[in-house]
Amino acid sequence: MAEMKKIATRVSYGNTLVELARQGADDLVVFDADLAAATKTEIFRKEYPDRHFDCGIAEQNMVGVAAGMSTMGYVPFVSSFAMFAAGRAFEQIRNSIGYPHLNVKIAATHAGLSVGEDGASHQCCEDIALMRSIPGMVILSPSDDVEARGAVIAAYNYNGPVYLRFSRLSTPVYHDPATYQFQIGKGERLTEGYDIAVIATGLMVPEALRAAVLAKRQGISIRVINMPTIKPIDEEIILTAARECRRIITVEEHSIIGGLGEAVCSVVSEKMPVPVRRIGVMDQFGHSGPAAEVLRDYGLTAENIVAAVREMVRPDRPAEE
Amino acid sequence: MTKMETLQLKLTATRVRMGVIEGTHGAGCGHPGGSLSCADVMTYLYFREMRVDPEQPQDPARDRFVLSKGHCAPALYATLAERGFFPVADLPTLRHSNSYLQGHPNMNTVPGVDMSTGSLGQGVSAACGMALGAKQQGSDINVYTLLGDGEIEEGECWEAFMFANHYKLDNLCIMIDVNGLQIDGATRNVMNSEPLDKKMDAFGFNTIVCNGNSFAELEQAFKMFDLSHGSGKPTCFLLRTTKGLGVSYMQNAVEWHGKAPNDEEYAQAMDELRAAHESLEKEIELNNG
Repeated sequence: MAEMKKIATRVSYGNTLVELARQGADDLVVFDADLAAATKTEIFRKEYPDRHFDCGIAEQNMVGVAAGMSTMGYVPFVSSFAMFAAGRAFEQIRNSIGYPHLNVKIAATHAGLSVGEDGASHQCCEDIALMRSIPGMVILSPSDDVEARGAVIAAYNYNGPVYLRFSRLSTPVYHDPATYQFQIGKGERLTEGYDIAVIATGLMVPEALRAAVLAKRQGISIRVINMPTIKPIDEEIILTAARECRRIITVEEHSIIGGLGEAVCSVVSEKMPVPVRRIGVMDQFGHSGPAAEVLRDYGLTAENIVAAVREMVRPDRPAEE
Repeated sequence: MTKMETLQLKLTATRVRMGVIEGTHGAGCGHPGGSLSCADVMTYLYFREMRVDPEQPQDPARDRFVLSKGHCAPALYATLAERGFFPVADLPTLRHSNSYLQGHPNMNTVPGVDMSTGSLGQGVSAACGMALGAKQQGSDINVYTLLGDGEIEEGECWEAFMFANHYKLDNLCIMIDVNGLQIDGATRNVMNSEPLDKKMDAFGFNTIVCNGNSFAELEQAFKMFDLSHGSGKPTCFLLRTTKGLGVSYMQNAVEWHGKAPNDEEYAQAMDELRAAHESLEKEIELNNG
């Protein structure tokens, strides 16, 4: 993957806002909370300064303002870091957007541990759990530039609240923009494989793909499933995987509590019980460091996935390394 | 405003107060105190100030109102019903499990409600968003929002106040119902927020202090709001009001913040309000004569 083009999904977000506006999305407006340079809404602000509103460091009000603006026929995208969007403004999202089911898009960047150096105060590993608990909230967690673009366009075209999860880190672009179609609620089978299914989201998808290559050398075939929509979850692809692969590992840059793993568990436990192992952040806070090192420290690498795969597929033959 | 117009407003406000009592009694719970303190400004808004049409509650060109102190839903519902948005007879179904009249305002179930509220501090932000949207459209829509004086203890309110000033929302009228009481006691004892006039001035508002239970003073205040259009300054009314006004035993009594009248108390409250209604009717008749 070293030769692959790399881009952070937050950049894709900023670019796609401009693309939508250029294509005639006149009702699209953008709110930020003094983080436009980091969330990349500045890309939009440069071209459409009259439709970009900085709310200052006041996320709670920003969410409420966006709710009010949506009732006037606008489609607001509100941006901050995941910690301050989903975290600080949780109750505003729940009561002012979720309960009235308003057409507001919450675009959260800097999700997960890969925030890196800023450390635990800024590494939000709880946002999916928080957003999943709000009735009617759609949660999109794209894994590369092409998918992030598709997710932003789909969110704009969907009428209702959407939470979008973007990363700070530049990540490989593995989708083909010419053929990829993003659809809310649909997972994507990336590799054929019948020994085990690895269901991943966000920047764990490239790791899962790398794990599939590593495992293949050991004679294990992994079905890698990319899950860019966490809610509503694609039950069909999960149940097919449960039936055909009989074992599932989920991988997410998020707490194992309330995230993709538990969403998958709720589907299989009720409809087709098979063993599921959740790889994610283990009920703990993150720490400072370069993103790649932090992800390694918390066991979120292809190597960790392969080890878990071996334990589930060949419990009698532990890992060789 | 003529004497007759004032009397008519008083008559309507008395019926709104009856609606508050009908609602909270029917619910067996709810918030009569703050609903009664704001009954006059609600009446003025919906019968004199706002451009609304009960036949077209979703008209995009209508003025907007956000009840940021959402627990005073009984007053909003009674006013909307009185204005013709839905039947007055439905008010006693407030908070019933099969009623559209949710305990706190729900914009998706109640005709005429422009924003779902209930969690304090949030409605004022939504009102800012509506005012910004109106500006962005280049429309002449006015946005009104009513807060409680306890509510402004929420930090989000001050974020919203800064926002209103920064974006020059001179089409926004923020009204604070300063009745001086909140659940745990007198606002000055629970969390003193005075001097509110100086604070709102400092936040860049066109600040107007008036008796929120006087139609003559409300008229002046709304005139000043109208005059402030184009000034780039949002308006703030500090409405000095009496909590529980109109029902003798509820007046300035903190325990009536969030408690419903029982059957006996209901009968007394309705007797008092009917008496007030009758005497206003007589006065109107005399003036007509």
